[in-house]
Amino acid sequence: MTQISYRDAIRGAIRDAMQADPRVFLMGEDVGHYGGCYAVSKGLLEEFGPDRIRDTPLSESAFTGAGIGAAMGGMRPIVEIMTCNFSLLALDQIMNNAATIRHMSGGQFNVPIVIRMATGGGRQLGAQHSHSLEGWYAHIPGIRVLAPATVEDAAGMLAPALADPDPVLIFENALLYNEAAAMNGSVDIDIDHAALRREGSDISLITYGGSLGKTLAAAEELYVSGISSDVLDLRVLRPLDEDAILATVAKTRRAVIVDEGWRTGSISAEIMARLVERGFWNLDAPIARVCSEEVPIPYARHLEEAALPSISAIVAAARSVMGRSA
Amino acid sequence: MSKASTKVQLDHTHCRHLLLQMTRIRRFEEKCAELYTQEKIRGFLHLYIGEEAVAVGVMEALAPQDAVVATYREHGHALVRGVSAGAIMAEMYGKQEGCSGGRGGSMHLFDAATRFYGGNAIVGGGLPLAAGLALADKLAGRSNVSVCFFGEGAVAEGEFHETLNLAALWQLPVLFVCENNLYAMGTALDISESETDISAKAACYRMQSDAVDGMNVVNVEAAARRAVAAIRETGRPYFLECRTYRFRAHSMFDPQLYRAKAEVEEWKGRGPITRFKTWALEAGELNDPDIEAIEQEVAHEIAEAVAFAEAGTWEPVGHLFHNVGAERRA
Repeated sequence: MTQISYRDAIRGAIRDAMQADPRVFLMGEDVGHYGGCYAVSKGLLEEFGPDRIRDTPLSESAFTGAGIGAAMGGMRPIVEIMTCNFSLLALDQIMNNAATIRHMSGGQFNVPIVIRMATGGGRQLGAQHSHSLEGWYAHIPGIRVLAPATVEDAAGMLAPALADPDPVLIFENALLYNEAAAMNGSVDIDIDHAALRREGSDISLITYGGSLGKTLAAAEELYVSGISSDVLDLRVLRPLDEDAILATVAKTRRAVIVDEGWRTGSISAEIMARLVERGFWNLDAPIARVCSEEVPIPYARHLEEAALPSISAIVAAARSVMGRSA
Repeated sequence: MSKASTKVQLDHTHCRHLLLQMTRIRRFEEKCAELYTQEKIRGFLHLYIGEEAVAVGVMEALAPQDAVVATYREHGHALVRGVSAGAIMAEMYGKQEGCSGGRGGSMHLFDAATRFYGGNAIVGGGLPLAAGLALADKLAGRSNVSVCFFGEGAVAEGEFHETLNLAALWQLPVLFVCENNLYAMGTALDISESETDISAKAACYRMQSDAVDGMNVVNVEAAARRAVAAIRETGRPYFLECRTYRFRAHSMFDPQLYRAKAEVEEWKGRGPITRFKTWALEAGELNDPDIEAIEQEVAHEIAEAVAFAEAGTWEPVGHLFHNVGAERRA
């Protein structure tokens, strides 16, 4: 088994998709000559040429909309938006066109587009490059929102996303690109279900994306102090795998939700609401959350660290839910 | 580029056809306004009355395999593109027999059979889609043209500039048709644009650009034929500004405080239907019985469309979640 990085896993998935289907092409800012802002598409221009690895002007709305039009025209575009912060410039196209056209057209047209973007903080990039907006996008009916947290998911989610007849947004936490893991050949990955990344009995730690690593580290720390955790990786933020969320909490009867988005109006709030709606009688304690603090992400390292979910905050929240002292 | 494809044949048959198409839009929309006051049609209703020559002239230049992207003022475009009057009317009624199954309404008419991609109610939002449809054609080696209609209000949107640049840069076969009716809702062109010559703006993106009297259906058709022929030959985009005027209010809620009645009356005097009809009668291409026959034909079509919409059915509420996503993924 060879070690492969999250970045290389995505590149491999793009290459496989392009080799398998001539309708697939990649477009976005700096995906070609630069090799991708995060080097995901490095080398693909030489391999596939400029028609299929298409550098775009800094026109997020136009190239995202062009991807939507191309998808309606029979292609299978992969649009890369450099970071989710920039995706706000394309929000009209994503929300008002990609997510609505099947519906508005009474099912006559569908939009089989995949939009990939980097997300998350932790790199001292300040408030315009560090936010986690996947929870916002999960608000929108008509799109599927994926958050690959593992190398295996990075490798495996693209193919089913491209096979989806509707728009799929993939949020890649930028801190994960250098993460490496052993991969054994091709993997069959679904884009419907959450995955239990660690099994335990005392508490459920529910998370996704860039927070999975921190949550697993917290689970290990908790285990040493005698608390055994289920760690549920949501993987899919829309539609939520509600059954998996309810099942883990039915087992452990306690939950902490870890979300790099802000607390107010967040995906963590949605999960909490669903647990209260359908799992209330299974709960032995109030649910807790570890989210980003409600500030634009600051530049200074110590302040940024204080703003983002941390292993210690997850441990403290879990201990509190368990009724243990911090 | 062959001359035959770009020349407008102004014989009796074609004159009758052009007048019929413009009359279909006019009478259809007059009926819509009436049905709106009866609350048969709800929501927003944006009438195209006064601008008919643009949609009619441009559609004459298109082939069935070409794609059309339009705005929220698109009843006329859908009608002359070939979507049935009944399906459009049923859509406005909100019936499931409507061309969007009742999910879209007046602003979101769609039709796969005629490659009619809406019905976009975000000003400027349709331009990137047209570029994408053209990109798909280009990558697949098809010689189709994607036509995108938008008003001059869209010229102030970033998506206009982004898309014109992209289309010119990537040499995409798009016909951009700017329907310049001088008012973005109630904001006049000269109080919203530093450069009011719109075709000049387009030209600065290094694309062929033309402006035409949008009140003259023959001029529009001729310009559109030239444009479409150029696009098919070169694969490059083309910009056509059609200078026109909206006779009615922006929507049914607009008291029109922003323009003088005299201005509206002056433009009505140059109305596309009156003008073309007068010319065709004087030229002897049409006579009074022709005009009468056209009116009767249109009245019959509209009566049938209304009857179709009235007889249409409501989608069961149990279907509410249909068409949000595919029932089953591939």
